[in-house]
Amino acid sequence: MFEVAKLELLIAKRNLWVAISITLMVLFTLVLTLAGSAPTGTLGVDPIIIAATSITTLSVYFVPLLALLLSFDAISGEIERGTLALSLTYPLSRAEILFGKFLAQLAVLAVAIGLALLLTAIISLLLNKGVSMSFTPLIWLFFTSILLGASFLGLGYMVSALVRQPSVASGLAIVIWLVLVILYDIGLLGALVADNGGFFTKSIFPWLLVFNPADAFRLLNMPDIANNVLSSGLGAAKSVTNNIYSFISLLLWPAISLLLAWLVFRKVEP
Amino acid sequence: MSALIVESVSKQYGSHRVVKNISLKIEAGERVALLGHNGAGKTTLIKMMLGLVPMSSGTISMLGEIVGSRKARKLSGYLPENVAFHGSLTGREQMHHFAALKSIAKKTADEILERVGLSHAIDRRIGTYSKGMRQRVGLAQALLGKPKLVLLDEPTSGLDPISRHDFYDIIEELSGGGTMVLISSHALTELETRMDRVAIMSNGQMVANDRIENLRQHANLPIRINIMASDKSAELIAKNLNGKRINGHIVELFCNGDEKINLLKRISNMKEKISDIDIAPASLEELYRFYSAPKNEEGEQSNV
Repeated sequence: MFEVAKLELLIAKRNLWVAISITLMVLFTLVLTLAGSAPTGTLGVDPIIIAATSITTLSVYFVPLLALLLSFDAISGEIERGTLALSLTYPLSRAEILFGKFLAQLAVLAVAIGLALLLTAIISLLLNKGVSMSFTPLIWLFFTSILLGASFLGLGYMVSALVRQPSVASGLAIVIWLVLVILYDIGLLGALVADNGGFFTKSIFPWLLVFNPADAFRLLNMPDIANNVLSSGLGAAKSVTNNIYSFISLLLWPAISLLLAWLVFRKVEP
Repeated sequence: MSALIVESVSKQYGSHRVVKNISLKIEAGERVALLGHNGAGKTTLIKMMLGLVPMSSGTISMLGEIVGSRKARKLSGYLPENVAFHGSLTGREQMHHFAALKSIAKKTADEILERVGLSHAIDRRIGTYSKGMRQRVGLAQALLGKPKLVLLDEPTSGLDPISRHDFYDIIEELSGGGTMVLISSHALTELETRMDRVAIMSNGQMVANDRIENLRQHANLPIRINIMASDKSAELIAKNLNGKRINGHIVELFCNGDEKINLLKRISNMKEKISDIDIAPASLEELYRFYSAPKNEEGEQSNV
């Protein structure tokens, strides 16, 4: 398993796409931190909270995309190259192959997210000398981002094992991203408007929100109500839904998606 | 104990039977060529031998171990058809990875890369390799850990004639050391002298499985005799021997094995008109065409 992870890290290190996406992630975070730092002085809000909130909105889109783009090729690419058949003739189980890849790509995600957030912390410190701030939101953002990324890595592997061609897998990965990250929210919003504060809004909507890993991630990283300068529509849902459910959802998603990926991968004939 | 025992193995995809009731036994140190047209089921059969593809029915064992088990995987080496390793790794990195999976020292892996003639490119990325070089990496990894069974799917495709020669030398070394070698290939001429036995598949069935000499005898294909006539006597030779003139000075004759001696006697009677003679028994290619022809499917040809 660790041998597979080692090889994947070696490949990732030389992968241009990985380098580009880490750079993009860091650059975006940099811009958000700098742009977000302007108004805080007058409002008297912890600049870290402002930065973390902006980065949360970015990460909700970017982390799943990065995870899917890392993972869609993992199995279909090996089928196409013929190396999967080869790997499976070595004393190595399918679970080990899958988990080895997962470990390596999770490490890549952690580096991308970690670098970006570290930079945020440093810039915030430099720009706001003497202002008291807590870095807890950034640490929390780091761990939840990794959970979010892990969920989509698993979904990426599932897609990759489901179709044999990397090109089809990449298309499906984009569809998953569109549906879970964008269309899901639009659908919920539409339902909310139509329902006009009825049963759906009060009883079903919060659970649907918690069920989606991207929304669970968003809920977990929104600032507390007391501190809610940037409160959005989601703030209301947060008061209804306990944070603990969002956290459980985000913890379960990586496990469930990996399990699904393994179930599909188990049946693949190389 | 036989190195590989395949017993009435079939594979079905939906209603399509790709492999039909195949039995095959290969002993340690034996070199067997698996021949067949594209889609005959060779690759599927090999994949079943490795436990990569589940069988619909039948059993396969490697030195008594169930195929696909960890023990069997440690005993075998495999080269898939058209394998392409990740282009951003170097030959050495890729080999060290495979060596680690089989718990083999890195030094041994480097030695094998040297043995297949890759020492000059060992630290270059596989993306820059030619097809023949990639094929050598594939062969090298199949040799890791001194396997008792080596299964090679189209191993010589993309290799130049000299590399092919080196390749068969390695195969000879292997079989000399008691390793069973199964090669699936289309390159019939080069297999003819290098293999101990030939198995021919056609439409998922095993239509022949024997030593080349026995296949020849059984098929009883005509022997081809080419007579090079000395000046201007080609027409006469062709008439006398009932042969066919294929150009100004060559006459082609066909005869069965039992007529050969008599015919040669008649030819030698005209020796002053003949400059040279060339006798060729049915080549593997002709045998292959004979055995894989559709008529064999009806069972007119008993499976040897």
